[in-house]
Amino acid sequence: MGKTSTRDRVSNEINAGSMADIAFLLLIFFLVTTTIDVDKGVLVKLPPWSDEPPPELELNERNVFSVLVNSENQLLVREQLTNIGELRERAKEFIMNPAGRPDLSKSPKQAIVSLKNDRGTEYGTYLEVYNELKAAYNELREEESQKRHGKAFEYITDDERKAIRRDIPLVLSEAEPSDFGEE
Amino acid sequence: MSKFQKKRGKSSPEISTASLPDIIFMLLFFFMVVTVLRDASLKVSVNVPNATELTKLEKKSLVNYLHIGKPLANYQELYGTKPSLQLGDKIAKISDIPLYLEQHRNTVPENQRTGITASLKVDGEVTMGIVSDVKTELRKANQLKVNYSAKPRVD
Repeated sequence: MGKTSTRDRVSNEINAGSMADIAFLLLIFFLVTTTIDVDKGVLVKLPPWSDEPPPELELNERNVFSVLVNSENQLLVREQLTNIGELRERAKEFIMNPAGRPDLSKSPKQAIVSLKNDRGTEYGTYLEVYNELKAAYNELREEESQKRHGKAFEYITDDERKAIRRDIPLVLSEAEPSDFGEE
Repeated sequence: MSKFQKKRGKSSPEISTASLPDIIFMLLFFFMVVTVLRDASLKVSVNVPNATELTKLEKKSLVNYLHIGKPLANYQELYGTKPSLQLGDKIAKISDIPLYLEQHRNTVPENQRTGITASLKVDGEVTMGIVSDVKTELRKANQLKVNYSAKPRVD
Protein backbone atom coordinates (compact mmCIF):
# COMPACT_ATOMS: atom_id res chain seq x y z
CA MET A 1 0.00 0.00 0.00
CA GLY A 2 2.93 2.30 0.50
CA LYS A 3 3.53 2.05 -3.21
CA THR A 4 0.39 3.85 -4.15
CA SER A 5 1.31 6.75 -1.93
CA THR A 6 4.61 7.29 -3.77
CA ARG A 7 2.78 7.11 -7.05
CA ASP A 8 0.47 9.80 -5.84
CA ARG A 9 3.44 11.99 -5.10
CA VAL A 10 4.74 11.60 -8.66
CA SER A 11 1.67 13.29 -9.98
CA ASN A 12 3.22 16.58 -8.90
CA GLU A 13 3.85 18.29 -12.22
CA ILE A 14 7.33 19.12 -13.41
CA ASN A 15 7.91 22.81 -13.16
CA ALA A 16 7.60 24.13 -16.68
CA GLY A 17 8.62 27.64 -15.76
CA SER A 18 12.14 27.28 -17.14
CA MET A 19 10.86 25.98 -20.46
CA ALA A 20 10.58 29.51 -21.77
CA ASP A 21 14.16 30.24 -20.77
CA ILE A 22 15.47 27.19 -22.57
CA ALA A 23 13.48 28.09 -25.63
CA PHE A 24 14.80 31.64 -25.45
CA LEU A 25 18.34 30.36 -25.29
CA LEU A 26 17.86 28.27 -28.41
CA LEU A 27 16.07 31.12 -30.11
CA ILE A 28 18.96 33.50 -29.46
CA PHE A 29 21.43 30.94 -30.75
CA PHE A 30 19.57 30.65 -34.04
CA LEU A 31 19.08 34.39 -34.24
CA VAL A 32 22.82 34.90 -34.00
CA THR A 33 23.79 32.22 -36.48
CA THR A 34 21.18 33.13 -39.07
CA THR A 35 22.37 34.95 -42.14
CA ILE A 36 19.44 36.66 -43.72
CA ASP A 37 21.40 38.54 -46.34
CA VAL A 38 20.65 37.15 -49.77
CA ASP A 39 23.51 36.43 -52.06
CA LYS A 40 23.30 38.32 -55.31
CA GLY A 41 25.64 38.68 -58.18
CA VAL A 42 26.26 38.87 -61.90
CA LEU A 43 25.53 35.48 -63.43
CA VAL A 44 28.00 34.39 -66.06
CA LYS A 45 28.33 31.30 -68.16
CA LEU A 46 31.94 30.45 -68.89
CA PRO A 47 32.90 28.80 -72.16
CA PRO A 48 33.89 25.15 -71.85
CA TRP A 49 37.59 24.45 -71.70
CA SER A 50 39.36 22.89 -74.62
CA ASP A 51 43.04 22.19 -74.92
CA GLU A 52 43.21 23.11 -78.56
CA PRO A 53 43.48 26.76 -79.40
CA PRO A 54 40.16 28.15 -80.64
CA PRO A 55 39.80 28.21 -84.42
CA GLU A 56 40.66 31.46 -86.10
CA LEU A 57 37.43 33.03 -87.15
CA GLU A 58 37.16 35.40 -90.02
CA LEU A 59 35.18 38.19 -88.46
CA ASN A 60 33.97 41.23 -90.16
CA GLU A 61 35.52 44.05 -88.23
CA ARG A 62 32.33 46.04 -88.17
CA ASN A 63 30.64 43.33 -86.14
CA VAL A 64 33.17 43.32 -83.33
CA PHE A 65 32.86 45.64 -80.37
CA SER A 66 36.23 45.37 -78.74
CA VAL A 67 36.68 46.53 -75.19
CA LEU A 68 40.14 46.59 -73.68
CA VAL A 69 40.78 47.34 -70.04
CA ASN A 70 44.40 47.98 -69.18
CA SER A 71 46.24 47.67 -65.89
CA GLU A 72 45.61 51.36 -65.19
CA ASN A 73 41.90 50.58 -65.35
CA GLN A 74 41.50 52.66 -68.51
CA LEU A 75 39.06 51.69 -71.18
CA LEU A 76 39.77 51.39 -74.87
CA VAL A 77 36.59 50.86 -76.84
CA ARG A 78 37.11 50.29 -80.54
CA GLU A 79 40.50 52.01 -80.41
CA GLN A 80 39.11 54.98 -78.57
CA LEU A 81 39.75 55.98 -74.98
CA THR A 82 36.34 55.95 -73.34
CA ASN A 83 34.79 56.72 -70.00
CA ILE A 84 32.97 53.90 -68.33
CA GLY A 85 29.86 56.10 -68.19
CA GLU A 86 29.62 56.15 -71.98
CA LEU A 87 30.18 52.43 -72.43
CA ARG A 88 26.55 51.38 -72.11
CA GLU A 89 25.24 53.87 -74.67
CA ARG A 90 28.02 53.06 -77.12
CA ALA A 91 27.40 49.34 -76.77
CA LYS A 92 23.68 49.79 -77.34
CA GLU A 93 24.24 51.94 -80.40
CA PHE A 94 26.71 49.39 -81.75
CA ILE A 95 24.43 46.41 -81.27
CA MET A 96 21.25 47.85 -82.71
CA ASN A 97 22.85 50.25 -85.20
CA PRO A 98 19.60 52.22 -85.64
CA ALA A 99 21.12 54.62 -88.18
CA GLY A 100 22.46 51.76 -90.33
CA ARG A 101 26.01 53.05 -90.15
CA PRO A 102 28.51 50.95 -92.09
CA ASP A 103 31.01 50.82 -89.25
CA LEU A 104 28.62 49.39 -86.65
CA SER A 105 27.15 45.93 -86.29
CA LYS A 106 25.23 44.59 -89.27
CA SER A 107 22.48 43.18 -87.08
CA PRO A 108 22.15 42.39 -83.38
CA LYS A 109 22.54 38.70 -84.20
CA GLN A 110 25.96 39.22 -85.67
CA ALA A 111 27.24 41.58 -83.01
CA ILE A 112 30.08 40.26 -80.91
CA VAL A 113 31.41 41.94 -77.85
CA SER A 114 35.02 41.15 -77.20
CA LEU A 115 36.41 41.87 -73.77
CA LYS A 116 40.06 41.75 -72.92
CA ASN A 117 41.87 42.81 -69.81
CA ASP A 118 45.35 42.79 -68.34
CA ARG A 119 46.33 40.66 -65.40
CA GLY A 120 46.86 43.90 -63.53
CA THR A 121 43.32 45.19 -64.09
CA GLU A 122 41.37 45.67 -60.90
CA TYR A 123 38.53 43.21 -60.48
CA GLY A 124 36.20 46.04 -59.50
CA THR A 125 36.74 47.75 -62.84
CA TYR A 126 36.39 44.50 -64.75
CA LEU A 127 33.08 43.73 -63.10
CA GLU A 128 31.87 47.25 -63.71
CA VAL A 129 32.64 46.92 -67.42
CA TYR A 130 31.02 43.49 -67.56
CA ASN A 131 28.01 44.88 -65.77
CA GLU A 132 27.68 47.76 -68.23
CA LEU A 133 27.82 45.40 -71.21
CA LYS A 134 25.23 43.12 -69.68
CA ALA A 135 23.10 46.12 -68.82
CA ALA A 136 23.25 47.27 -72.45
CA TYR A 137 21.88 43.92 -73.60
CA ASN A 138 19.25 43.83 -70.88
CA GLU A 139 18.07 47.32 -71.80
CA LEU A 140 17.87 46.40 -75.48
CA ARG A 141 15.83 43.30 -74.70
CA GLU A 142 13.60 45.34 -72.48
CA GLU A 143 13.02 47.90 -75.25
CA GLU A 144 12.38 45.12 -77.76
CA SER A 145 9.87 43.53 -75.42
CA GLN A 146 8.06 46.83 -74.97
CA LYS A 147 7.99 47.33 -78.73
CA ARG A 148 6.74 43.82 -79.55
CA HIS A 149 4.43 43.04 -76.71
CA GLY A 150 3.98 46.30 -74.82
CA LYS A 151 4.99 44.52 -71.67
CA ALA A 152 8.12 44.35 -69.59
CA PHE A 153 10.61 41.59 -70.41
CA GLU A 154 9.88 40.06 -67.02
CA TYR A 155 6.19 39.58 -67.75
CA ILE A 156 6.10 38.11 -71.24
CA THR A 157 5.82 34.37 -71.79
CA ASP A 158 8.83 32.09 -71.91
CA ASP A 159 8.52 31.56 -75.66
CA GLU A 160 8.40 35.28 -76.35
CA ARG A 161 11.39 35.75 -74.11
CA LYS A 162 13.29 33.05 -75.95
CA ALA A 163 12.50 34.69 -79.28
CA ILE A 164 13.87 38.00 -78.09
CA ARG A 165 16.94 36.31 -76.64
CA ARG A 166 17.50 34.66 -80.00
CA ASP A 167 17.20 37.93 -81.87
CA ILE A 168 19.43 39.83 -79.48
CA PRO A 169 21.86 37.20 -78.29
CA LEU A 170 24.49 38.10 -75.76
CA VAL A 171 27.73 37.08 -77.38
CA LEU A 172 30.54 38.14 -75.13
CA SER A 173 33.89 36.66 -75.85
CA GLU A 174 36.65 37.05 -73.33
CA ALA A 175 40.20 36.81 -74.49
CA GLU A 176 43.01 35.46 -72.37
CA PRO A 177 44.35 38.39 -70.36
CA SER A 178 47.69 39.85 -71.26
CA ASP A 179 50.47 39.80 -68.69
CA PHE A 180 50.75 43.46 -67.79
CA GLY A 181 50.81 44.96 -64.35
CA GLU A 182 50.59 41.78 -62.29
CA GLU A 183 51.70 42.48 -58.72
CA MET B 1 -20.64 53.52 -11.73
CA SER B 2 -21.14 50.68 -9.40
CA LYS B 3 -20.27 48.26 -12.15
CA PHE B 4 -16.78 49.65 -12.68
CA GLN B 5 -16.04 49.95 -9.02
CA LYS B 6 -16.94 46.36 -8.48
CA LYS B 7 -14.44 45.22 -11.09
CA ARG B 8 -11.66 47.34 -9.72
CA GLY B 9 -12.32 45.98 -6.33
CA LYS B 10 -11.41 42.47 -7.46
CA SER B 11 -7.76 41.52 -7.42
CA SER B 12 -6.38 42.15 -10.92
CA PRO B 13 -6.23 38.83 -12.77
CA GLU B 14 -2.67 38.08 -13.92
CA ILE B 15 -1.99 37.45 -17.55
CA SER B 16 -1.40 33.79 -18.05
CA THR B 17 2.16 33.11 -19.17
CA ALA B 18 1.46 29.48 -19.81
CA SER B 19 1.46 30.01 -23.57
CA LEU B 20 4.73 31.95 -23.55
CA PRO B 21 6.87 28.86 -24.18
CA ASP B 22 4.66 27.96 -27.10
CA ILE B 23 5.11 31.38 -28.65
CA ILE B 24 8.87 31.23 -28.16
CA PHE B 25 8.98 27.75 -29.63
CA MET B 26 7.10 28.96 -32.64
CA LEU B 27 9.70 31.69 -33.18
CA LEU B 28 12.42 29.17 -32.55
CA PHE B 29 11.13 26.81 -35.19
CA PHE B 30 10.82 29.66 -37.64
CA PHE B 31 14.45 30.58 -37.20
CA MET B 32 15.55 26.96 -37.26
CA VAL B 33 13.89 26.51 -40.60
CA VAL B 34 15.20 29.66 -42.25
CA THR B 35 18.68 29.38 -40.82
CA VAL B 36 21.64 28.63 -42.96
CA LEU B 37 24.48 28.13 -40.56
CA ARG B 38 27.09 30.79 -40.99
CA ASP B 39 29.68 29.24 -43.21
CA ALA B 40 33.38 29.14 -42.61
CA SER B 41 34.91 32.21 -41.09
CA LEU B 42 36.77 34.29 -43.61
CA LYS B 43 40.52 34.49 -43.61
CA VAL B 44 40.67 36.95 -46.47
CA SER B 45 39.10 40.38 -46.60
CA VAL B 46 36.42 40.54 -49.25
CA ASN B 47 34.60 43.70 -50.15
CA VAL B 48 32.61 42.87 -53.25
CA PRO B 49 32.07 45.60 -55.87
CA ASN B 50 28.72 47.09 -56.81
CA ALA B 51 26.69 46.15 -59.85
CA THR B 52 23.19 46.57 -61.21
CA GLU B 53 22.46 43.48 -63.30
CA LEU B 54 22.08 41.09 -60.41
CA THR B 55 20.66 37.61 -60.18
CA LYS B 56 19.65 36.10 -56.90
CA LEU B 57 21.22 32.82 -55.93
CA GLU B 58 18.28 30.60 -55.25
CA LYS B 59 19.29 27.36 -53.61
CA LYS B 60 22.12 27.70 -51.18
CA SER B 61 22.85 23.99 -51.16
CA LEU B 62 23.74 24.23 -54.86
CA VAL B 63 26.25 27.00 -54.40
CA ASN B 64 29.90 26.69 -53.61
CA TYR B 65 31.86 29.72 -52.56
CA LEU B 66 35.31 30.82 -53.63
CA HIS B 67 36.67 33.81 -51.79
CA ILE B 68 39.53 35.83 -53.18
CA GLY B 69 41.13 38.73 -51.35
CA LYS B 70 44.04 39.87 -49.26
CA PRO B 71 44.57 37.78 -46.13
CA LEU B 72 43.30 39.44 -42.97
CA ALA B 73 45.84 41.23 -40.77
CA ASN B 74 46.22 38.37 -38.29
CA TYR B 75 46.88 35.85 -41.06
CA GLN B 76 49.32 37.97 -43.03
CA GLU B 77 52.33 36.54 -41.20
CA LEU B 78 51.30 33.10 -42.34
CA TYR B 79 50.07 33.76 -45.85
CA GLY B 80 51.66 37.07 -46.84
CA THR B 81 49.80 40.03 -48.26
CA LYS B 82 49.24 38.85 -51.79
CA PRO B 83 45.63 38.16 -52.76
CA SER B 84 44.82 34.56 -51.94
CA LEU B 85 42.06 32.09 -52.58
CA GLN B 86 40.02 30.66 -49.75
CA LEU B 87 38.10 27.43 -50.25
CA GLY B 88 35.89 26.36 -47.40
CA ASP B 89 37.65 27.45 -44.23
CA LYS B 90 41.23 27.44 -45.40
CA ILE B 91 43.53 29.26 -47.75
CA ALA B 92 44.14 27.05 -50.74
CA LYS B 93 46.08 26.86 -53.93
CA ILE B 94 44.39 27.24 -57.27
CA SER B 95 45.16 23.60 -58.06
CA ASP B 96 42.94 22.58 -55.11
CA ILE B 97 39.81 23.84 -56.87
CA PRO B 98 38.84 20.62 -58.73
CA LEU B 99 38.91 18.58 -55.53
CA TYR B 100 36.89 21.19 -53.68
CA LEU B 101 34.28 21.28 -56.44
CA GLU B 102 34.16 17.49 -56.55
CA GLN B 103 33.60 17.26 -52.80
CA HIS B 104 30.74 19.70 -53.03
CA ARG B 105 29.29 17.94 -56.08
CA ASN B 106 29.11 14.69 -54.16
CA THR B 107 26.82 16.24 -51.56
CA VAL B 108 24.29 17.25 -54.21
CA PRO B 109 21.70 14.81 -55.54
CA GLU B 110 22.52 13.71 -59.05
CA ASN B 111 19.50 15.24 -60.73
CA GLN B 112 20.35 18.68 -59.38
CA ARG B 113 24.01 18.73 -60.31
CA THR B 114 23.52 20.80 -63.44
CA GLY B 115 22.29 23.65 -61.28
CA ILE B 116 25.47 23.98 -59.27
CA THR B 117 26.78 27.51 -59.29
CA ALA B 118 30.17 28.73 -58.21
CA SER B 119 29.90 32.01 -56.37
CA LEU B 120 33.05 34.06 -56.75
CA LYS B 121 33.34 36.49 -53.89
CA VAL B 122 36.20 38.65 -54.98
CA ASP B 123 37.47 41.82 -53.40
CA GLY B 124 37.11 44.82 -55.73
CA GLU B 125 40.78 45.74 -55.47
CA VAL B 126 42.19 42.36 -56.39
CA THR B 127 43.91 42.28 -59.75
CA MET B 128 42.51 40.09 -62.51
CA GLY B 129 45.53 37.79 -62.60
CA ILE B 130 44.40 35.45 -59.86
CA VAL B 131 40.77 35.79 -60.94
CA SER B 132 41.57 34.63 -64.47
CA ASP B 133 43.58 31.72 -63.11
CA VAL B 134 40.60 30.69 -61.01
CA LYS B 135 38.28 31.09 -63.98
CA THR B 136 40.52 28.90 -66.12
CA GLU B 137 40.58 26.26 -63.41
CA LEU B 138 36.79 26.39 -63.14
CA ARG B 139 36.50 25.91 -66.88
CA LYS B 140 38.85 22.96 -66.76
CA ALA B 141 36.75 21.45 -63.98
CA ASN B 142 33.67 21.98 -66.12
CA GLN B 143 32.07 24.31 -63.59
CA LEU B 144 30.70 26.82 -66.03
CA LYS B 145 27.93 28.49 -64.10
CA VAL B 146 29.59 31.28 -62.25
CA ASN B 147 28.17 34.10 -60.24
CA TYR B 148 30.30 37.17 -59.58
CA SER B 149 29.03 38.20 -56.20
CA ALA B 150 28.17 41.88 -56.01
CA LYS B 151 26.24 44.37 -53.97
CA PRO B 152 23.25 46.09 -55.51
CA ARG B 153 23.85 49.64 -56.65
CA VAL B 154 21.18 52.20 -57.23
CA ASP B 155 21.61 54.00 -60.49
